[in-house]
Amino acid sequence: MGTELLLVAGISPQGVVQQLVFGVATGGIYASLALALILIYRAMEAINFAQGEMATFTTFLAWTLITQVHLSYWIVFPITVAVAIGGGIAIERVIIRPVERAPILTVVLVTLGLFSVFNGLSGLIWGYTIRTFPTPFPVTPVFIAGVGIGVQDLGLIGVSLALLLLIYLFFSRTRLGLMMRSSALYPQSSRLLGVRVGWMLALGWGLSAGVGAVSGMLIAPVTVLDPGLMQAVLLYAFTAAVLGGIESPVGAVVGGVVVGVLLALVGTYVPGAQDLRIVLGFVVIVVVLLFRPGGLVGRAHVSRV
Amino acid sequence: MGLLELENVVAYYGAVPALHGISLSVDEGSVVAILGANGAGKTTTLRAITGLVKVAGDIRFDGKSLTGRSTEDVARLGVGHVPEGRGTLAQLTLLENLQMGSCLRHDRRGIEDDLRRIYEYFPWMKARGSQVAALLSGGEQQMLAIARALMMRPRLLLLDEPSLGLAPTVTQGIFRIIRTINEDQGVTILLVEQNARTALRAAHHAYVLEVGSIAVSGTGDELAGDESVRRSYLGY
Repeated sequence: MGTELLLVAGISPQGVVQQLVFGVATGGIYASLALALILIYRAMEAINFAQGEMATFTTFLAWTLITQVHLSYWIVFPITVAVAIGGGIAIERVIIRPVERAPILTVVLVTLGLFSVFNGLSGLIWGYTIRTFPTPFPVTPVFIAGVGIGVQDLGLIGVSLALLLLIYLFFSRTRLGLMMRSSALYPQSSRLLGVRVGWMLALGWGLSAGVGAVSGMLIAPVTVLDPGLMQAVLLYAFTAAVLGGIESPVGAVVGGVVVGVLLALVGTYVPGAQDLRIVLGFVVIVVVLLFRPGGLVGRAHVSRV
Repeated sequence: MGLLELENVVAYYGAVPALHGISLSVDEGSVVAILGANGAGKTTTLRAITGLVKVAGDIRFDGKSLTGRSTEDVARLGVGHVPEGRGTLAQLTLLENLQMGSCLRHDRRGIEDDLRRIYEYFPWMKARGSQVAALLSGGEQQMLAIARALMMRPRLLLLDEPSLGLAPTVTQGIFRIIRTINEDQGVTILLVEQNARTALRAAHHAYVLEVGSIAVSGTGDELAGDESVRRSYLGY
């Protein structure tokens, strides 16, 4: 009975499952970029608006290595991440460090400047032609209980999961991860223990640029590559971070998956909504900030003004 | 010459001078107390040593000048500072707080020994390593702050009001540990206190600060025994 109603509305159970899997796959990418945002936010209480454009830039680098130098995706992947980490550290040391103690608005404006710089650089070097980014996964679906599911979607979920697990282990199990957490939350106490907090912050930028680079290389095969690649993704990642309470890594992952699934379902089943996905991202942000400013899993948090 | 020497140290908060040229000396292996009322400059003196406020004048530790050095460099020279408010890494666990104390050391064996010694001083810590530090009581956080600084294996330990906000019995326990640390491990201690009576009992030498200058100094017994010093400066 229920199934018939769904069929009448043009909704097949198989289709729903496919969209759910696609939603979780893209959600994992949003979660990764959200995590990159949070890494910096926890240390500076500022959103790095250039996070997406930095990732776009490294994704173009990866595209050049794959399509022009003809290296395989899985060789280019670690190279790109390493370049991104080094670049992130350099950006913090050279550009962010002078404004480290400035008011948050100054830092935010600097990241907006970086947004323009990287967006312009990508356009200047690679142009505004839309390019396809090779996928590292087979395009044929696998059939699970009669439902065809894209191997690419499963691959994306796998890589995102591995990335999130690695980051979790790094921060919870290693000494450097502990020092970075402590420096972000308690800079003065950490300094008194001899930790070079400035370098920990630089490492945070490096790590977050690395995570961003991964999200760029994962999303590019799903969409298309142009200098605007990450702009919508950044919005969805920001939505995910807000949903998760902006400070919580776990919240960001939950938020990312919720946003991914929501966008996939609404984009497919609400007529005309494909074009409204960006608006939907903003709507979710506004609604969450209005009714649950602490996020779905976080606590409300009062701040000095 | 003392392990720590301050000579004519002037410190400012913005344009307001907080220390008007103080000089003091801390001998290696001793416990020295800085006493005085609120706002006398006690905390500023400690913050001047670890580079948390800008100073003029000369601060020497083990013969090396500390003036102009960054806070982390002073710490790396072997100065442990338990700051005002205890500097608890509140969202981290108790064990992570201790691990942060030893985060720059590479002598695995030594770290294990120090951790074992910490558990001897504070047996309650052993079973509560996974507890978030924010959930500890004030006294427990103070003990954790001292333990965290000890994990650095410092030569000089700076303690900012270890008795602040604690019940008298807890304070006594903490001062017992401070003496033990000094006697057993030979750690030199410079502590700042409003609780003069307790501090004088633990200190070999004491300075009384009054609005940014040193008013009196002497051995703990001398200051505690001098009626007029007691009445004018120590308030008991």
